[in-house]
Amino acid sequence: MITKLNHVSIFVLDQDSAYDFYVSKLGFTVNTDASMGPGKRWLTVNPPEQPDLEISLMAIDEGMMFKKESAAAMRDLVSKGTFGFGVFECNDLNATYEELSAKGVEFTKPPTKEFYGYEALFKDDSGNWFSLGQKNRE
Amino acid sequence: MDEYPKQYLYRRVVKAKLYIDSHFSSAIDLNNIADEACFSKFHFVRLFRTIYGKTPHQYLTDVRIKHAKVLLADGATVARSCFSVGFDSISSFTGLFRRRVGVTPAAFQRAALDTREDVASRPVKFIPNCFVEKRGWAK
Repeated sequence: MITKLNHVSIFVLDQDSAYDFYVSKLGFTVNTDASMGPGKRWLTVNPPEQPDLEISLMAIDEGMMFKKESAAAMRDLVSKGTFGFGVFECNDLNATYEELSAKGVEFTKPPTKEFYGYEALFKDDSGNWFSLGQKNRE
Repeated sequence: MDEYPKQYLYRRVVKAKLYIDSHFSSAIDLNNIADEACFSKFHFVRLFRTIYGKTPHQYLTDVRIKHAKVLLADGATVARSCFSVGFDSISSFTGLFRRRVGVTPAAFQRAALDTREDVASRPVKFIPNCFVEKRGWAK
């Protein structure tokens, strides 16, 4: 029986830039930042209240995982905003929207009441998009 | 959900929160923040708590502890970590840290430095094997 998800990968164009985006702007915590040899790095972050979920900020490098053409195609798709990687949650969407906007995060949809809930959409520095919702308040 | 403050109120509270984020190491007077945000202290604290789930003072303490953890993990002394993030007493810092984090600053630092050394010397121990193999890091 599967009990939980503990690792998920987000493909990013540049790990230094992604570090700045996810840590400095979104406020995530660095879990593991390990050099794996020249130009190779394993970088994972946690959402602040999920220390047991590691988000791997995975560089799209030519190598064993991607052949040269595949890496180029993947970078192109990511930068075009092809991939949506998930739904983040916050306590207060209006406040989080204001804060992240002030920090330069690009929102493609402001907080909007939808039939399924209250959500906004934003992009990371690579072009990956995410939904942002809020916990239901009592 | 229909009782949210208007957006301009959000902006002012968020601005105050960002002020705390960037000035945590200074002696922040929360009365001044409320004044600058054009709120009464009572109104400011109530709105802040509604939005962030904690009072501005509790939030400031959390931010200071968070930054102290980074300094300790980088090898800074307990005293330096304490004063650098805005606490003015090592004993109160140690007590607060222990209550929030569950261990003393010194114990936290020992564990963090051990982990850092382990990550540097045996990084594959911290990476699921499927990723190690896919990336060609097994050797």
